Amino acid sequence: MPVWQTEQGPAWRHRTTTAQWLHWLGWLLAAMAFVFCWQIMTVDTKWFFVKDAPSQAADLFSRAWPPKWSYVNTLWRALWDTINIATLGTLIGVILAVPVAFLAARNTTPSHLVLRPFALFVIVASRSINSLIWALLLVAILGPGILAGIIAIALRSIGFVGKLLYEAIEEIDESQVEAVQATGASRAQVIDYGIVPQVLPAFAGICVFRWDINIRESTILGLVGAGGIGLQLQSSLNTLAWSQVTVIFALILATVIFSEWVSSRVRKNII
Amino acid sequence: MLSIEALTKRYKTGDLALKDVSFSIERGQVVGLIGPSGAGKSTLIRCINRLVEPTAGAIRLSDVDIPKLGRTQLKTMRRRIGMIYQEYALVERLTVMENVLSGRLGYVSFWRSLSRRYAQKDVDKAFGLLERVGLSDHVDKRADELSGGQRQRVGIARALEQDPELLLVDEPTASLDPKTSRQIMRLICEICREHDLPAIINIHDVMLAQMFVDRVIGLTAGEVVFDGPPAELDHAALTRIYGEEDWREMRKAADEAAQDASDAAAFKAAEEERMAGTV
Repeated sequence: MPVWQTEQGPAWRHRTTTAQWLHWLGWLLAAMAFVFCWQIMTVDTKWFFVKDAPSQAADLFSRAWPPKWSYVNTLWRALWDTINIATLGTLIGVILAVPVAFLAARNTTPSHLVLRPFALFVIVASRSINSLIWALLLVAILGPGILAGIIAIALRSIGFVGKLLYEAIEEIDESQVEAVQATGASRAQVIDYGIVPQVLPAFAGICVFRWDINIRESTILGLVGAGGIGLQLQSSLNTLAWSQVTVIFALILATVIFSEWVSSRVRKNII
Repeated sequence: MLSIEALTKRYKTGDLALKDVSFSIERGQVVGLIGPSGAGKSTLIRCINRLVEPTAGAIRLSDVDIPKLGRTQLKTMRRRIGMIYQEYALVERLTVMENVLSGRLGYVSFWRSLSRRYAQKDVDKAFGLLERVGLSDHVDKRADELSGGQRQRVGIARALEQDPELLLVDEPTASLDPKTSRQIMRLICEICREHDLPAIINIHDVMLAQMFVDRVIGLTAGEVVFDGPPAELDHAALTRIYGEEDWREMRKAADEAAQDASDAAAFKAAEEERMAGTV
């Protein structure tokens, strides 16, 4: 836009003078907002505590090291619980997510006015609440234990799997569906022959990906009493047994690396 | 056999795709439907099995008025009409056999189709058809492993597995090279003669249509402007269908292709002569 004529010919500048000033004003406002937020953030900070942070950190590490490796033998049961929470939770979540995804996808929903908005709401509701919050609610309802953890993971997984799966369903090649319809197939047969083969690789990928995430999430569910290795973490933290905490962290890390390895293998083999 | 009366289709956008189209087809007659792109060829054949809902008019197959059918009756009607597509429209991740057997979906129950337990006579029929189209060695391959020509043969077998009374063919050769195009057209027309099966073939390659079909219908802007045997398709008729300018372009392209072919042949002949001289 800012092109004007001079004696030497047309001249050009990136912005007009007004746009340039507005641009600078924008940056000024952003800087002011940053200073304002910083002040709110630090008004309650006790700088006295922050100053000795390095020595505090060093102290914590000295207590946490060396890890108390013998403690690992009391953790196997909790680790098994954690893996079960993740796996069963994923399984239940996936089973519930499949029909929700078919109701939510624009090209498969039986009703655009009622069922599709309902399915989308289920997906959004499930996604908007973190597993940890679901677990907190469920521990209050069901009491502490693995069951609350499994259901928390399942409820959170519905939204994730449902959303990715319905997007995959909406992206399929419609000509294959049309061809199956043209043979006189029923609605269920069209889904079985025209849609399922097309979304199957995406579906498998989504499931292992969610399982992988759920392994990580279920390690902390114990913090609110929903079973698994987080419970041990909680009690070790409460008793200031830092060398045990190190062992737990190491075990969680190993588990997550293992689940990453499994899910990458599965995805590679299917797609 | 099939009669279409005053068929009209207006899309939601307001475009009038078909205007008052009427014709009828006898048993065993292969009809080539030609016309420029956007003339309504695809819309016309999709109205017949109601992949596109017609706005007005009657389509009668053996005296059943297709636009008036309810959902269940439509399914029973669709299994009597086989369809072959431009981009093959096979289910890419299923095997060749599953694709061919999907032609039986209108006849079998959901549980049978889910568990792939088809009756032996359906499987026998599929083996027979795959042999007819020359794919006996590829029965267990996945559809996406095949070449274009092979995929179109699977499409043909799938349509015939339905035991159709009518074949709708939508640009069967548009994604294929010239040689494979001729083979596929020949195969479709031969099969129609063997089974005394009527067919409507959408095709934009006029020469190819003239080579194989019994009758040509020319469609322009949703209206029938020519209906007769391929021999009557002269310069005047083609100008009417494609318009002066486009037809001249198409003919020029065809002449150039013919010229290229004869040049290539002459070059090859000269080459052979030279080689013979050196030996």
